[in-house]
Amino acid sequence: MKLRTDLALISEWIVEGSEVLDLGCGDGTLLAHLRETRSVTGYGLEIDDENIILCIQACVNVIHTDLNQGLSDFSDDSFDYVVMTEALQSIHRPDLLLLEMLRVGRQGIVTFPNFLHWRARFSLFFAGVMPISRALPNEWYNTENIHLCSLHDFEKLCHRLDIEVLQRTVVDTTHHTNWLNKLMPNLFGEIALYRLRSKPVKRIYQRKKK
Amino acid sequence: MPDILPPDCVGLVKPQSHKFTTPLALDCGRTLPNYEMVYETYGRLNKNHSNAVLICHALSSDHHAAGYYSMQDKKPGWWETCIGPGKPIDTNRFFVVSPNNLGGCKGSTGPNTINPETNKPYGPDFPIVTVRDWVKSQARLGDVLGISQWAALVGGSLGGMQALQWAIDYPKHLRYCVVIAAAPKLTAQNIAFNEVARQAILSDPEFHAGHYYQHDTLPHRGLMLARMLGHITYLSEAAMRKKFGRELREGKINFGFDVEFQVESYLRHQGTSFVDRFDANTYLLMTKALDYFDPASDYNNNLSAALASVLAKFLVISFTSDWRFSPARSREIVKALLDNKKQVTYAEIKAHEGHDAFLMPIPKLLQTFRAYMQQIEI
Repeated sequence: MKLRTDLALISEWIVEGSEVLDLGCGDGTLLAHLRETRSVTGYGLEIDDENIILCIQACVNVIHTDLNQGLSDFSDDSFDYVVMTEALQSIHRPDLLLLEMLRVGRQGIVTFPNFLHWRARFSLFFAGVMPISRALPNEWYNTENIHLCSLHDFEKLCHRLDIEVLQRTVVDTTHHTNWLNKLMPNLFGEIALYRLRSKPVKRIYQRKKK
Repeated sequence: MPDILPPDCVGLVKPQSHKFTTPLALDCGRTLPNYEMVYETYGRLNKNHSNAVLICHALSSDHHAAGYYSMQDKKPGWWETCIGPGKPIDTNRFFVVSPNNLGGCKGSTGPNTINPETNKPYGPDFPIVTVRDWVKSQARLGDVLGISQWAALVGGSLGGMQALQWAIDYPKHLRYCVVIAAAPKLTAQNIAFNEVARQAILSDPEFHAGHYYQHDTLPHRGLMLARMLGHITYLSEAAMRKKFGRELREGKINFGFDVEFQVESYLRHQGTSFVDRFDANTYLLMTKALDYFDPASDYNNNLSAALASVLAKFLVISFTSDWRFSPARSREIVKALLDNKKQVTYAEIKAHEGHDAFLMPIPKLLQTFRAYMQQIEI
């Protein structure tokens, strides 16, 4: 089976032999792939019981977890990477979870659908309705995506939280990059991938309140 | 009993037993000079002896985990839902061993068997056994059966505690450990329930300080009360509401203290039928084994330290409505394994059946459990 392109891109970011925690790991595809291609060990966190069974079948260690409860079962810096693919937008408090990710992991990898992709802007502006696309397939009333954001929004949040963006890639829904989404990612990128870490300052000093 | 045995049943089974003559030193400081263990097996041991699964039983169950003794039996073994051809513990693949624990009352040496020193039943003189003692005795049974390493240790509730203890005490002797609806130790509330159960038995005038066999009687009322109390804690409020509601047996209230509500009838039935099949001294012992179980206590009360040397891969399962051993208790085990970066999978199964859910044919439980057992290489 061919790996989803965003997962393939993430895999390239992960150093051989690392320990990875995958938040919202789905059927365990990424972890199984990383185990086979990069000797990665780790765990997936998942809330859906069908997905938990699929993880078990893929021999992926999976822990039933509600990500909205945080990562209190994991100690500081206990993983090389904490990964979360396309789940950020469905979390009650993405900001708190981002901090949790970078507490538990030395680096974080996050992907999410760009809410200000041009087609989404088009349906908001001209049709006056919430956008529906391949990356955002549900209606406003039944979507799990309660915290949609654009690349700019996300990067602003990272700045506020003293999170450093180490790497960014933007792709379309077929998970390919092209010159358009390289040139104007906030307009043409449908899915954003980020590699992050906390800024050293945050690890030493508490951020001052403004 | 069905007229024809279903194809996913292990069929008619016969218990076996083994007499051990090597003395067994117990945690309490006493020694059993010799003892007998009764057990059942299902499936066949393969050439490499690599497909053996040990089933550890809970408080009130025994070695009869699957199949029927005769075509007249009303009920199969206690874990018929999970053991059999094509079931989660697939007897086409695995050789399953299910012993009756020491101190039990179904054939293994216990209070109702004869003490060779006195030629009378042990009764209350039977030493208090612990989960660790059981694990030691089960390991010896494994030696007898030629099993140097179990493919998996499996148990629910008190059985799950034994599986956990196995992984700590004999890390090299098991590859997988399945811990269902268990806890790393009892809470004060749990010990409190056990204490009320014990007091019900101990204060029954027919108990005779445990020597009721000689008086040709049984502490019926005490054991019945203990079981009734237990049953309330094994079910959830939702399960009881669904099963009984406020339904009346005669459709009206009678302004008396006889059985009126269906739930009363159910509890009394559970209580009385338990008295016919279970021994009060064993009940006391089993509840004590539960109370004492606390593997972290040997490691400065640090469960992570207790699990640092385990080698087995773990599957931990809990049930949302289990308030006797709640999901949070299972998560303590999971966390301790995660702290050590051990291989662990944890599933919290949505079920309204309470603690008893592990005995029920709950589809998500069976699917999860089956998927896990299938990936065990033999």
